Amino acid sequence: MESWMVSNLVVAVLLVGGAWIAVAVSRHDIWRAAVQQVWKRRPGAVLVVCVYVLLALLDSVAWRGNVDTGSDVVAQHEAVTLLERLFGDAQEKSYSAPLADIEFYDHSPLKHPGSHLFGTDILGGDVFLMTLKGARVALLIGGLTSLIAIPLALLFGIPAGYFGKRIDDVVFFIMSTLASIPTLLLLISITVALGRSTLVVCFALAVTSWVGFCRIARGETMKLREMDYVHAARLMGASETTIILRHILPNLMHLVVITFVLMFSGLVLSEAVLAWLGIGVNGSWGLMIAKAKDELSRDPAVWWNVGGAGVGLFGLLLAVNFLGDAVRDALDPRTRKES
Amino acid sequence: MLAYVLRKLAYGGLTVLGVLLLIFVIFFAMARPDDVARRALGEKAQGAQIEKWKAKHGYDKPLWPTLAKPGGSLLQAHYVSLLSFEFGNSDLNDSPIGTTIRDGMGASLALTIPMFLSGLVLGLVLALFVAFFRETYIDTMGVFLCVLGMSVSILIYIIGSQFVFAKMLRWFPISGFDTDVIADGNWNLLLRFLALPVTVGVLSSFGGDTRFYRTVFVEEVNRDYVRTARAKGAGEMRVMLRHVLRNAMIPILTRVVVAIPFLFTGSLLLEAFFGIPGLGSITVDAIAGNDFSVLRVMVYIFALLFILAQIATDISYTLVDPRVRLE
Repeated sequence: MESWMVSNLVVAVLLVGGAWIAVAVSRHDIWRAAVQQVWKRRPGAVLVVCVYVLLALLDSVAWRGNVDTGSDVVAQHEAVTLLERLFGDAQEKSYSAPLADIEFYDHSPLKHPGSHLFGTDILGGDVFLMTLKGARVALLIGGLTSLIAIPLALLFGIPAGYFGKRIDDVVFFIMSTLASIPTLLLLISITVALGRSTLVVCFALAVTSWVGFCRIARGETMKLREMDYVHAARLMGASETTIILRHILPNLMHLVVITFVLMFSGLVLSEAVLAWLGIGVNGSWGLMIAKAKDELSRDPAVWWNVGGAGVGLFGLLLAVNFLGDAVRDALDPRTRKES
Repeated sequence: MLAYVLRKLAYGGLTVLGVLLLIFVIFFAMARPDDVARRALGEKAQGAQIEKWKAKHGYDKPLWPTLAKPGGSLLQAHYVSLLSFEFGNSDLNDSPIGTTIRDGMGASLALTIPMFLSGLVLGLVLALFVAFFRETYIDTMGVFLCVLGMSVSILIYIIGSQFVFAKMLRWFPISGFDTDVIADGNWNLLLRFLALPVTVGVLSSFGGDTRFYRTVFVEEVNRDYVRTARAKGAGEMRVMLRHVLRNAMIPILTRVVVAIPFLFTGSLLLEAFFGIPGLGSITVDAIAGNDFSVLRVMVYIFALLFILAQIATDISYTLVDPRVRLE
């Protein structure tokens, strides 16, 4: 199966999963109230994040054919995403400034004058389209990493907190060992050692970021273990597995959501740093910024590449950071009382 | 007290052994010596060439010790060389790693110490200011600015400031460093080189730090002892500085002391962009050249510094808070 088919399949799974979560949330009063509170407090941030998610989804659905690629034989066999189809053909020969009518260096007329909001890059690609496509990569990095890191943290944190003793000692030792290595160096080491691919970057980010949540999950489980309802469940003869899966895990879910949102911006920022070191993910904003160093030192400077990527990155992180506060306030019982 | 310190040190030692194992897994088991040799020699390298390269750089041993032959494995060599601080020579250019690191230390500290201190003072002062005006327009604006600052990538900070202040306005040199400042005594030159990277470093971390300090302060302000102090007639200024600041020291200390070793790596990008020949630049060169011998020493040294800093934090708790008993 080719990558664009996998991508289509993932979109389908995500849509079904999203619908299922929406139904589940609307059935529980606490979650519904939390969603309403977040929406009431930060409608702007929610909308911005929704726009980014929509862009990412549009850029993930792709199929072949039905697009005019002219005489380009290679392009005829490539899958084109929905976002690119909506955008249409925007190819130029080389650099052009935002909304310009002529090319930047040789001043020949453009094929699509005045239509490039963020100008074009060295190969004539539209920077605005590239910026929009970066949303998919950023969400992929954040999502895939969380998908690895959060289950890993729960897998280690819950048993450590619940059973204590030896298991706790071992998990605690693993955590303190991992936490002793500066994040960036560990990240670099793993990506350099394993080779450079999207999955490796996400794996490395997961390895460096699961410890924080593991510590939280462990502490919370320790607290929950002593709760009356857990004792009651045990007296009624529930097995350890049942207690963990039915009584402990659901009560950690609010922490999972909070962690996911708070972790997200850090992951995307780390990828940008990796991209500059040459170990980033293809098509990410980080890579666009990393390339900008040379473009800014041209004369006259080409600034719209870094500008586009910077705006895309900044918009998403700002929205996510504001959303993070609202989500924490809505879901964390400690802060909920104060507000 | 002594028993407490000794136990902390023992656990720290155990963690160091764990870190060494992790480094071994990453740099020897994930990237096997054959792959490392092939990366250094190029894809077309022949078997004999690879064997020769491995023999020259000391990779020609079995990876793990076996029961039949416990000695002479790479694992053993790895532990011995790093624990005894005999780092050997770089795989890439055969320069002694120990000397390279010692030479880079000064430049790194020249960048990070001013950055760390000014960042700390600025963050605390601003956070106190914002917490002083909590739940007012100033507070909202302050937090908003912090979140704004947190949402910008450090790459943008560096590239942007270099472009605006060095290239367009020509206030500072774009990059460079004066390594012989002790000999020639030209501190002004060094200052000109360091001004921009230090400012950028403070700027990039200041949003997150200030917001964190503010949260700590605001949490403390709502406590009973603060109300008591006010009831006693203490002014708001005195409450903030004498009562709140002192009691907020524990979470602040945790964040600050633990951040000290990160000073070295936090400046990785700054050093590379601004041409400062410190440990960060060495690390970046090692990444670019796939020089695992240098990279693993770097990881080891920073982990060691971090573990020491953590022990220092645990001990410093007892100095700022008499309630913390050394259990």
